[in-house]
Amino acid sequence: MTAVDLVTAVLVAGITAYAVLGGADFGAGFWDLTAGGARRGARIRGLIKRSMSPVWEANHVWLIFVLVIFWTGFPTAFGTVMSTLYVPLFLAAVGIIFRGAAFALRGEAATIGEARALGATFALSSVLVPFFFGATVGAIVSGQVPAPPGGGDPWDSWTNETSLYVGVLAVALGAYLSAVFLAGDAVRAEQPDLIEACRRRALGAGAVAGLLAIGGIFVIRDDAPDLYDGLTSGLGLAVVIGSAAAGLLTLWLVWDRRFGPARFTSALAVGAIIVGLAVAQSPDFLPGVLTLQDAAASEDALVPLLVAVVIAAAILIPALTYLFRLTLRGTLDTEFRPIVAADRGKEEER
Amino acid sequence: MTGSLLPIADAFTAVDQSYLLEARQMQALSLGVHIPLVCFGISFPAIILFCEALHMRTGKPVYRQIAKRWSKVMLILFAVGVVTGTILSFELGLLWPEWMANFGEVFGLAFALEGVSFFVEAIFVAIYVYGWDRLKPRTHFLTGIPIVITGFAGAFMVIAVNGWMNNPTGFDISSSGQVTNVDPLAALFNDFFWHEVMHMYMAGFVVSGFIVAGVYATAWLRGRRDAYHRAALIIPLTVASLAICVQLLYGDWAGREVAEHQPTKLAAFEGLEQTTKSASFTLGGVYVDDKIYGGITIPDMLSLLAFHDPNATVQGLDAVPERDQPPVGVVRNAFTVMVFAGSAMALLGLLYLFVWWRKARLPRSRWFYRAVILAGPLSLCALIAGWITTEVGRQPWIVYDVMRTEDAVTGAEGIPVGYAALALTYLGLATIVLVLLRRLARQPIERELPEEAAA
Repeated sequence: MTAVDLVTAVLVAGITAYAVLGGADFGAGFWDLTAGGARRGARIRGLIKRSMSPVWEANHVWLIFVLVIFWTGFPTAFGTVMSTLYVPLFLAAVGIIFRGAAFALRGEAATIGEARALGATFALSSVLVPFFFGATVGAIVSGQVPAPPGGGDPWDSWTNETSLYVGVLAVALGAYLSAVFLAGDAVRAEQPDLIEACRRRALGAGAVAGLLAIGGIFVIRDDAPDLYDGLTSGLGLAVVIGSAAAGLLTLWLVWDRRFGPARFTSALAVGAIIVGLAVAQSPDFLPGVLTLQDAAASEDALVPLLVAVVIAAAILIPALTYLFRLTLRGTLDTEFRPIVAADRGKEEER
Repeated sequence: MTGSLLPIADAFTAVDQSYLLEARQMQALSLGVHIPLVCFGISFPAIILFCEALHMRTGKPVYRQIAKRWSKVMLILFAVGVVTGTILSFELGLLWPEWMANFGEVFGLAFALEGVSFFVEAIFVAIYVYGWDRLKPRTHFLTGIPIVITGFAGAFMVIAVNGWMNNPTGFDISSSGQVTNVDPLAALFNDFFWHEVMHMYMAGFVVSGFIVAGVYATAWLRGRRDAYHRAALIIPLTVASLAICVQLLYGDWAGREVAEHQPTKLAAFEGLEQTTKSASFTLGGVYVDDKIYGGITIPDMLSLLAFHDPNATVQGLDAVPERDQPPVGVVRNAFTVMVFAGSAMALLGLLYLFVWWRKARLPRSRWFYRAVILAGPLSLCALIAGWITTEVGRQPWIVYDVMRTEDAVTGAEGIPVGYAALALTYLGLATIVLVLLRRLARQPIERELPEEAAA
């Protein structure tokens, strides 16, 4: 293992964590968006808020982690990606402002109008942000980013079939993960009707995401043949099969109402897709134009970065474990309350 | 790297970008939105934890009420800070890709460490705020400590990068612009790092102290003077008053460091055209078209301030070619605003501390409380003006004497569109946050039982 391999592994691990944890939070926004009118959607919206409140900041910080490793570990590739894909990335960034602010502040809404506006902002941006991030990933893996220096076309680079497809897939995967996680949270909240509602959503979204993943193979075959080869041979194929197996296992676990283990298998299924994409294009960072080796910073920079990551892991793993344990045990849970708006002043005791 | 005419200065070529100024303003806008939140991130957890400790020590419920209520504000501000901080990370790449591509590996380590502390902060902010009444009091207090440490550490790392931009070390550069011999630790602990960190750290306490005190000074004027409001006024006001006094000393230190390492920037502070022995200092006034109008000129004072020697020679702007000079008007006027706002707050702080020391009570004049209310916005002015001073004073360099801002900028089209979109977004965000914080302030205070059961 060289320093480049290790930093690549750290970067892929970071993207995977963000795709799973951040993705689930975006997915929650998708369910908020599709929950129906103010009255009908009130209970599921309440569950979503209760589930996300203590963890969304920590989940979001994975994005910062990814950016930092990206620009420190692979500065030239970072420069080119940013110079090419600035349109989707800027839109995602603006979406993040709207989403974060609307979520943090919706609890303070005083009127039904305010609550609706904030809720809609949160939900809509929760769908747009993963789409643009997905499209960015799609553009990179399908070889749309040219060799440094400079950048490629700001529009054509991410509006090819693969980019748009990965964008849609990102939204679907988030929705799927989120439904599985929410079903488990509904059990903890002891709300039988919500357990069923989330279970139905998890099954439906699982089926859709699975079909999309399979159908996508054909999109990629026509649009990005190199990526297709990577995903259908060797290690890439093994990872793809692993993802499919974990996905099927999740469907069965959810069907059987075993949401605890399903949480992990669904995360595995989604994580494997990210790992699969990375494996498929290895040893290239930008397919066909820039290898990981050439994109990487010098060893003088990578080694201190790796040391920092090890120190970070020593601090973060116990801290994250503590947070997730408190969360899953329900210690940080607030009282379950549907979001019906106009109920301010009764804001729950935290 | 203190010389200004090293050949490496031309190692990079300018990017074709008609909207460099707009790109800079877009970055400045995002920083301007984020920095006040950083102030709260740096100091508010410490203040809150201090209140919780007071409660644990004295058993008085009022301190717990304060800590709990403020921790909710802290959570909102942290959440908004998370998103505005994310925007900044994106902009580093979106607006300055050439800078990142060439130097990302040099200063990236600091950002990696900053990312870690941000992460730890996010984890414990959640545990702390949602853990009230759920965790044992002692455990709860302990979960607050990482927030204090990481709030400081995060700012520390980001400022290390800014210090590096002003005082770049830890790499060599070839005449073709290749960055070699990277030493990230040397870059991290550059010469500018210490005074910038301490100056910003104190600013954190000044800003959040005066803003929070201003909220309760308003209540005080409206006649709400119970134990809760009294404590909630005295604690931040004392913190801010002490911090602003220390800040004057740090300001002097920072000024001397700039004089030594960035003489051109110092010349811009004062609008000093020519290199001068025993240079005079003009207090106040407005700089328009190469001249300061108004203000009081004190002979030898600039030499005395910059080098602690009235006969010292201060380098003027003319020591470097015009294309290497910063826009003096902006720098000078921002500097004046910072100095005036800082001095006014220091007077207020000293008055408060004096009354407290001699009479052990709060001042009685209503004007005092009005001044405290004013000190909140004033502290923000000083903060932003201070950053404008140092960052516009850094121009035209993004990496001082090494890479120009015009070499670092993106070649992307549509910067004005992005700028307008972001400005509108932030305007909306600011409006919503202000409305909601005001509303939070109007909520009834939670009652605390004197002896609350451990959860």
